[in-house]
Amino acid sequence: MIYNLPFFAVALLIAVGMYAIIFRRNLIKIAIGIILVESGVNLFLITLGYREGGVAPIYTNLPPGIEIPGGMALPVPQALTLTSIVIGVAVTALILSFIMRIYRHYGTLDSRKIRRLKE
Amino acid sequence: MVLETTGGYWSPILWLVAFTVAFLIAYIIWGMGEKKYKKGEQVKPFLSGLKEPPKEQVHVKAGNIYWGFTETLKGYYDFMKKIHTGIVNDYVLWFIGMAAIFFVVIIIPEVIK
Amino acid sequence: MNWLLMHSSALLIAIPLFAAFLAPLIDRVNKKAMNVFVIAVLIITQIIMMILAWDVFTGITHVYVMGASNPAAAIPAQAAVPVRIVFEVDGMGAFMGLISTTISLAAAFYSIAFVKKETGQGRYYTLLLLMVVGMIGMEFTGDIFNLFVFLEILSISSAGLIAFRFYHGDAVEGAFKYIVISSLGALMVLFSIGLLYGQYNLLNMAALASVMKYTVLDKIALALLVAAFAMKCGAVPMHMWTPDAYTIAPAPITAMLVVASQVSLYALFRVCFTLYGMTLNLTTIGIIIIALGLLSMFVGVTMALPQKDIKRLMSYHAISQTGYMLLGVGVGLYLLGQSDFDTYGMKAMEGGIFHIINHAMYKGLLFLTAGAIFYRIGTRNLNEMGGLAHSMKCTTVFFIIGALAIAGIPPFNGFASKLLIYESAYHVSPILSIIAMLVSIITLASFVKVFHSAFMGPPMEGVEAREVPKSMLLGMSILTAGIILFGLFPDIVVSNIVHPAVQALADQAGYINSVIGGV
Repeated sequence: MIYNLPFFAVALLIAVGMYAIIFRRNLIKIAIGIILVESGVNLFLITLGYREGGVAPIYTNLPPGIEIPGGMALPVPQALTLTSIVIGVAVTALILSFIMRIYRHYGTLDSRKIRRLKE
Repeated sequence: MVLETTGGYWSPILWLVAFTVAFLIAYIIWGMGEKKYKKGEQVKPFLSGLKEPPKEQVHVKAGNIYWGFTETLKGYYDFMKKIHTGIVNDYVLWFIGMAAIFFVVIIIPEVIK
Repeated sequence: MNWLLMHSSALLIAIPLFAAFLAPLIDRVNKKAMNVFVIAVLIITQIIMMILAWDVFTGITHVYVMGASNPAAAIPAQAAVPVRIVFEVDGMGAFMGLISTTISLAAAFYSIAFVKKETGQGRYYTLLLLMVVGMIGMEFTGDIFNLFVFLEILSISSAGLIAFRFYHGDAVEGAFKYIVISSLGALMVLFSIGLLYGQYNLLNMAALASVMKYTVLDKIALALLVAAFAMKCGAVPMHMWTPDAYTIAPAPITAMLVVASQVSLYALFRVCFTLYGMTLNLTTIGIIIIALGLLSMFVGVTMALPQKDIKRLMSYHAISQTGYMLLGVGVGLYLLGQSDFDTYGMKAMEGGIFHIINHAMYKGLLFLTAGAIFYRIGTRNLNEMGGLAHSMKCTTVFFIIGALAIAGIPPFNGFASKLLIYESAYHVSPILSIIAMLVSIITLASFVKVFHSAFMGPPMEGVEAREVPKSMLLGMSILTAGIILFGLFPDIVVSNIVHPAVQALADQAGYINSVIGGV
């Protein structure tokens, strides 16, 4: 049960993020929602690599009596998460700079009023 | 030169040849027509004796073309305008909703079984 | 030559990626030199792509393993975990790669004159080349996580380019909507990658496909993947971002965005056919894709009819044409594994896949002509246009060819692919063909409207409309030449390019075997 806790956290983060994106009207809050969903997904990935009692996956530094690869934490999800965090930073920066520009042109951050393009 | 489809075939070269032949026949028929036509004399439209307005005034603008079509399907278009809100939250809602629908549709055959 | 062929799939990523970050540096020195540099890079990319495609279409699947001493060697059978980064180019990947490089080349030619007056050209070309990297990467990768990475590269660079004319408020608005929806879509893709990885400890697509069990978690992953990629390719009812983004992007970028959408379509097909393949409940997924196709076709075209903005009208047509591809390939997916597949299913998929390349060309051309109009008269509103045929003769001819092709008038290329779809979809249900034909008719009707209001009538007053610069005409004529050639020789195209692509897509076992060597 206790090992499932991270997965509940993942579900909670994604749900809160989705709620923010769908129901919040402030553009900054939408951006925060995306960041929350992203953190949830990152947490999900990193949790997948956990092995109970696992050691760091370095072959040359392995304590005796550890079976390979079962006794090691998985290295791949950590690489994935790192990549995903970097991408997330780029996306966040881009979204925030767009919001800045939108505020300068529209004078508002209300997503209901930012709809010159419709139909 | 022939593209096989399931029920037939399609050959653009053959089509072009047929088109050229048809065009030639039409041209010959057109060439046999009245020779005494004089330019500028017989082309004025008869508008109940009124003067023909200048071309600028009779050019139909884009917004008026297919007015009848959109008017007939007014209900459909009103509905479509209503769902194309242009609000980013709604776009996301459609996306999440469709993902949920796909999941339900994918899972249903198992449930029925 | 052999060396080039062996490393071509990596070079196709490396060359544009390297050039992308070199372009702003050269821009500091000399603007002309940068234009020449970008064009040269894209021509080299195109040539390498053609060499690779030539080899792939003979029936060889290219595998490239990053960092291996022998990059062509597949994953060794005794390896416990296939964690190598693999590029796998089969017929479908090479087919999509050809489309991407061709349209990018035409768009780059067109851009030279089109963005001449704008600032920040160095960055414009950086992002353009990054888009090429993202597209080719998504097409070539054999690794599902790299699919996500390249998807994000593509989305971020596209969003930057959509907002290129940021001094118009609505450009930023469209870009904002695009990046929000597409980053959320990409996160859903990443989540489903996590679901797949958690079960199988694998990221390689071929290896995943070979052990796929279609559990409940797999079904959640499938639903998310299908939704995300269908959203990215603009299928109704997740299409709302498409007209917003397409309308305000600079015209050459819009032409590339069309291809970017098709790359997402490719990813959708790749997931359905290769990753899940025969484990799927093919009828259900086939029906989902056919339904998406029908909705896209019908809603797209009916929404296009009353539009007043020329690029918005064309964007809705892009949605509607995507519906044809979904319909064609959906019919193929529906029939996959049945006895009918070899006859009707194959033809339907050929129609759908052939339509991808046709659509990339004629819709690219139409967007470029719309850009030419905007370049000269500075408006996209159809009500304020008129009589452009008097002064922009070449553009008019290009527009007519593009419009006839999209409406499926023989002998242009749209007809051949639509005919294949009509005939084979008829065998599944006649209603599919009837709707497809109806949509074609409304398409023609709405392009008659554009032609009438933009090009016909007396010349405009107060605007000096001249023919556009030569580089823009060159970009358009590349695409026009493609349309006419593909229209006149559809049989050669179908048997040499489209058929290998369809076979590669339908042959899941072949894809798996070429990576993990018959495990």
